[in-house]
Amino acid sequence: MTYYKLPVSGLDALFARVAEQQTLYIPTDKDGHAVFAAYEAGMTLSKKLNTDRSAKDFFFPQTENLYDIKMKGKQLTVEDTREECADFTVFGVKGCDARSFAILDKVFLADPVDTYYKNRREHGTIVSLACNRPEETCFCRAFGIDAGDPEGDATAWRIGDEMYFAARTEKGEAFLAFVKDLLTETDGTMVESLKKAVAYIMDQLPLGNTSFEGMKQTDLMTHFQNEKWAGLSESCLGCGTCTFVCPTCQCYDIREFDTGKGVKKFRCWDSCMYSDFTLMAHGNSRNSQLERFRQRFMHKLVYFPNNNGGEFGCVGCGRCLAKCPIQTNIVKVEKALEVRSDD
Amino acid sequence: MQDRMIARAKELLADGTVNRVMGWQKGEFTYDITPAVFHTAEELDRDFVCNDFAAANVSKYLVKESRKEGRILAFLKPCDSYSFAQLMKEHRVLRENVYIIGIPSWGKTDFEKIKARGLSGIKNIKDNGADYFVETVYGDEVTVPKYEVMLDRCKDCKSKKIVVYDELLEEPNGDVIENHRFDEVARLEAMTPDERFAFWRNELSRCIRCNACRNVCPACTCEKCVFDNRDSGVENKAAADSFEENMFHIIRAFHVAGRCTDCGECSRVCPQHIPLHLLNRKFIKDMNELYGDYQAGADPDTRPPMTDFRFDDCEPSVVYERGGAK
Amino acid sequence: MQVEKKPFKPLIVAFCCNWCSYAGADLAGTNRLNYPADVKIIRVPCSCRVNPLFILRAFQRGADGVIICGCHPGDCHYTTGNYYARRRMTLLFSMLDYLGIEKGRTRVEWVSAAEGQKFAETMNSFVETICSLGENKRLEDLRCKTE
Repeated sequence: MTYYKLPVSGLDALFARVAEQQTLYIPTDKDGHAVFAAYEAGMTLSKKLNTDRSAKDFFFPQTENLYDIKMKGKQLTVEDTREECADFTVFGVKGCDARSFAILDKVFLADPVDTYYKNRREHGTIVSLACNRPEETCFCRAFGIDAGDPEGDATAWRIGDEMYFAARTEKGEAFLAFVKDLLTETDGTMVESLKKAVAYIMDQLPLGNTSFEGMKQTDLMTHFQNEKWAGLSESCLGCGTCTFVCPTCQCYDIREFDTGKGVKKFRCWDSCMYSDFTLMAHGNSRNSQLERFRQRFMHKLVYFPNNNGGEFGCVGCGRCLAKCPIQTNIVKVEKALEVRSDD
Repeated sequence: MQDRMIARAKELLADGTVNRVMGWQKGEFTYDITPAVFHTAEELDRDFVCNDFAAANVSKYLVKESRKEGRILAFLKPCDSYSFAQLMKEHRVLRENVYIIGIPSWGKTDFEKIKARGLSGIKNIKDNGADYFVETVYGDEVTVPKYEVMLDRCKDCKSKKIVVYDELLEEPNGDVIENHRFDEVARLEAMTPDERFAFWRNELSRCIRCNACRNVCPACTCEKCVFDNRDSGVENKAAADSFEENMFHIIRAFHVAGRCTDCGECSRVCPQHIPLHLLNRKFIKDMNELYGDYQAGADPDTRPPMTDFRFDDCEPSVVYERGGAK
Repeated sequence: MQVEKKPFKPLIVAFCCNWCSYAGADLAGTNRLNYPADVKIIRVPCSCRVNPLFILRAFQRGADGVIICGCHPGDCHYTTGNYYARRRMTLLFSMLDYLGIEKGRTRVEWVSAAEGQKFAETMNSFVETICSLGENKRLEDLRCKTE
């Protein structure tokens, strides 16, 4: 891998250069909280570890218009309203969120391909940013993610007053080529030492060495029928916070909005925590909060790995740990359910 | 206090007064505490916790819990007790199935405020009474005064009084206290409409429609919410545009007007930090000013202003006269 | 080509109580009193039938102003309905104002079945107010506005 560096003070020039050509999103602070926002001159990179919302919005927005139906008298016309084909770059995606795209790909790019998602993926360049200070809610290591060496089209590391860059894909190469005159070539020694430092910190963190492998010690039905679900789900409020801040939750609903002059067909995120999730003509298949709660965790920890060669549907970003109104989360669930080899 | 609570809970379990206990369960860290129901003395010893991070209002759980078999013991903070009393007034909880122990609360802690001090990778938080001693994996060792990281709702606390209880953990009962909870509403009212519009657009545009505010609210106990009802015409799973954001929050605040006890849970749980309590407080302030002081949940008898009227009530045009031109 | 700006034609929704204002509107009609055709009347059984959602939904569907007309206090067909409506609308209007939405866009008027003249005058003055405020921008739903 070829490494390039740039003084942190030169980031503005780099951002400005990229933003001239296409929309560039960076994590920035708004009202004291980190959000991804389209870059404008003067905007600074957030110092927070990660954004409140995940980065899945870039490829799988909370609501998106699929098509419109216009009505004039008795004449109906269907209109294509697609607008997902503009190039964009996202800078500063952390290791957990960068991995989440690979998980979403498995869902949306599997046959039948979701073309809305696919177009966005093709037109988006991900420049990930290594974590310097992971937090106590981080457990990405459980899923083989190295916070110090995140995936993406290109990766950036911040070490002291220098930014280091390296490309991982063709898109990443193109990104670096576009700003090449701002960068100077260097070797990877500094980056290697940062990776070691981050790995050391992960060891110190309370959840740094969490493992979910214990979930694989037993089969689907045993997990499904586990008596502990009742206790675990008892305090769940049934809100959608965990699903909406989650970078890998991928369920959606397709609805119509009656505008009075036609119909807007749109897709929006759905949450398995909601009472009308997968509502069908006959009613609902999961009528209690226990069933809905179980669905979320079974999906991430059992169904998804069963269908995807053992890969869990979680990236350990810790948002659900930080945001759940009643502080129940996937780590607590896993700890309650896992079958330890010494049991 | 926690030890006394556990001891008393065990006594009540042992003598058969109650068959389970509503409380808070330990988490992975000092601060991630989950409301939970305990059935045995062993469970209480192992997992029961009540510290300054146990902020969740447990009254709403009692709507369901009080309909289960046997009596449940609930520890209610002053604000929880207002919520409970309001639920009693609405016949949503079965009072006879709940044994209430009132516990004092001197303000709960907002964990995010500790983090906002740039502390990350927190290893340990030690409670030293008036302050916390926080240690992080990055070697920070910081003393944080509790008052500075108190939840906003607790800084504006309206009452330390427990309004409904079977016994009190600590005598005497607290009092309704002087507070400044309407100051922020008044500040917004003093702004121009354009400023207010910009303020609320900025706040409400962050809404992700997760419904946490609604689901945690002890006043929102409808079996089926209008926003979940496919036949209502307003049901929606996502805040698709600015209108939807406004509509959801206006209507939600309106539906709890006169019933909201101002417990502040909505703002506490909002993952997007929208100051939702300012909507509810606006209604409370208006009702106080126009129809006389009223505190939801304070007593079982007074008629709530929204189900009451006077022949000489002000006309809606009073709104035009208050500040600015028609 | 110069685009000619169309003069603003407001859309007004009037919720009228079946027992008074709706008959008042009728009377205004039979007396050949003029009031703008921009007013669309929706008949409700009582002013207190008007749910705050109705008002918001009217704005969503393109209304620029919403007026609720009911019986004079004390004259409610159901004895007390309009007293409750009065409190609800006061609070709702106050909340809309709090959110920065022009307060002139919503109004409550008590118009009896005998007051055809008052009905026409009320509507004329309300339309005038809305015309001066212009199009409803702050509580609009763009999805309903596209052609």
